[in-house]
Amino acid sequence: MKKLINLTLGISLAVALLLGFSWGMNRLENHQVKSDNAPNQKETLTIYNWGDYIDPAILKSFQKETGYRVNYETFDSNEAMYTKIKQGGTHYDVAIPSEYMVEKMRQDNLLMPLDHDKLSGLQHYNPAFLNEPFDPNNKYSVPYFWGTLGIVYNDKYVKPGSITSWNDLWQAQYRKQIMLIDSARDIMGMTLASSGQSVNTKNEAELAAAQGKLSSLMPNVKAIVADEIKTYMAQDEAALAVDYSGDAAEMMQQNKHLHYVVPEDGGNLWFDNMVIPKTVQNKKAAYAFINYMSRPEVAAQNAEYVGYATPNQDAMKLLPKSITQDKAWYPDQAVLDRLETYQNLGPDWTQRYNDYFLEFKMTNQ
Amino acid sequence: MHQTKAFNYSVPYYAWLLLFVIAPVILLLFESFMDVHGNFTLNNYQTYFSSGTYIRMTFNSVFFAFMVTVITLAISYPMALIMSRLKHAQFWLMLVILPTWVNLLLKAYAFIGLFAKQGTLNEFLTFVGIGPQQIMFTDGAFMAVAAYVQIPFMIMPIFNSLVEIDQSLVNAARDLGASSAQTLRKVIIPLSMNGVRTGVQAVFIPTLSLFMITRLIGGNRVITLGTAIEEHFLVTQNWGMGSTIGIILIIAMAITMYLTRDRKQGGK
Repeated sequence: MKKLINLTLGISLAVALLLGFSWGMNRLENHQVKSDNAPNQKETLTIYNWGDYIDPAILKSFQKETGYRVNYETFDSNEAMYTKIKQGGTHYDVAIPSEYMVEKMRQDNLLMPLDHDKLSGLQHYNPAFLNEPFDPNNKYSVPYFWGTLGIVYNDKYVKPGSITSWNDLWQAQYRKQIMLIDSARDIMGMTLASSGQSVNTKNEAELAAAQGKLSSLMPNVKAIVADEIKTYMAQDEAALAVDYSGDAAEMMQQNKHLHYVVPEDGGNLWFDNMVIPKTVQNKKAAYAFINYMSRPEVAAQNAEYVGYATPNQDAMKLLPKSITQDKAWYPDQAVLDRLETYQNLGPDWTQRYNDYFLEFKMTNQ
Repeated sequence: MHQTKAFNYSVPYYAWLLLFVIAPVILLLFESFMDVHGNFTLNNYQTYFSSGTYIRMTFNSVFFAFMVTVITLAISYPMALIMSRLKHAQFWLMLVILPTWVNLLLKAYAFIGLFAKQGTLNEFLTFVGIGPQQIMFTDGAFMAVAAYVQIPFMIMPIFNSLVEIDQSLVNAARDLGASSAQTLRKVIIPLSMNGVRTGVQAVFIPTLSLFMITRLIGGNRVITLGTAIEEHFLVTQNWGMGSTIGIILIIAMAITMYLTRDRKQGGK
């Protein structure tokens, strides 16, 4: 018994010490920011972003310049972020949802309309990426990064240049060689695109046909995985993968044999966007952040760090040519024209897509 | 005096039951009669029982859970028997329990390193001349990892029931001329059945709804009900269908508990 009490006391003491330590560190950090003597020294800005999706140096320089204390939180799926903002009790000033989620949040009145007079950087953006159907006239959002869905191949197993279309995946020679990202929308979408249909189709016959076509891909499928796909591809586990451009960039940094292709028959063009959610506490700081991120030099620095494509055309001029002329990251306009953004399908159709995808997963090889 | 004291101590227990067992189950039951728009419906159950996909998925889950239970039992019983006779039994038991302190995900990732195309196991197979095999994303790999994860939960109850057996009963059996095989079959195994039952429950039920391993190691080539629940709650946000599957799993668990219950023998 005495032993148990001692143990409990010991653990409590250790916890108290650690708490004190972290409190002290926090104070020290605040103090550093405050010592810059900015006008609004007590104000904080809470940002809700995807994990590892900003250059930390940018947050530091933003705090230094504006004096706001940044509170940075991360999420790993649009749905998780949506739930947290909808439930309330959170104080996010800026969030970065993907395009279909912007549409959904807009419909559910979870976003504040942006006052364009307070935005100072919109003119830097490529007009091709503004006024998208998910947010006409950018009433609620400013694009943060954009990217595509495509095919990653390993040149040890696949001849460079031999993959140009989604239909190439169905070739018998790639038996058990393909990894798919575990996402109903993306995999159903790429199958629809391979037959020249819209990735947003609400046509039962087209969807059923796509499911049939997808099932015939099963013999070639090695695995359907989520984030692990990056590790597997970097370790030469499979020859081909269907994945997002951002994931592809990460894999390619680890394995020089990997290449990324945007299939010419279309597919998905996605955007992550800065929005001000209904939970905003500090609107002024939110605008300051969005404007700061819109500055060409900041956007360029961020794009170089994160590895995704920036919608900021003035920032593109500051990036090295080796990046901006790479067709994998900045495809030709002709290819871009064939890509579609996802629209919010509503619960019933989302369910249909997922049912078909689940059925595909259950296909026996 | 004694009565009130007992009552006070039991309050946290009942509060816990109410908050974390009864309330969630009622919510789950309630949700399972809701469609995506929040209207009352019986469609979720109808979909479940009329769709080939879910029936096959149920069959898959039960089959894999059964296989994993058989594998763990086959490994755990002899192991527990040997351990219970060793000198420092508690120490060996500790070694078995130790891996449960490590997060499940970390263990799964470690297996990726072992089973991958250029993993340790394939390097060994190449070294002995068999050549690299596809190990990841197979049913075998999934069952191996699931069994590995569950083994401590099988060994612990069996070990405890073996240790509790009165050694004089075993001695008596030997004295009366039973061979060691007969002693094992007629004395030790029947007396340790309680531990086996607990172990089977502790392994079979969680394995029914394992989902991380199906994706990480099985590459979604192995689909269980857990996968479907995860999808319904996180991706499609169709909580109704997810809850329906949850309720069916709870019923399956109740059936398992009933089948493996401790049958009291009459006259004793």
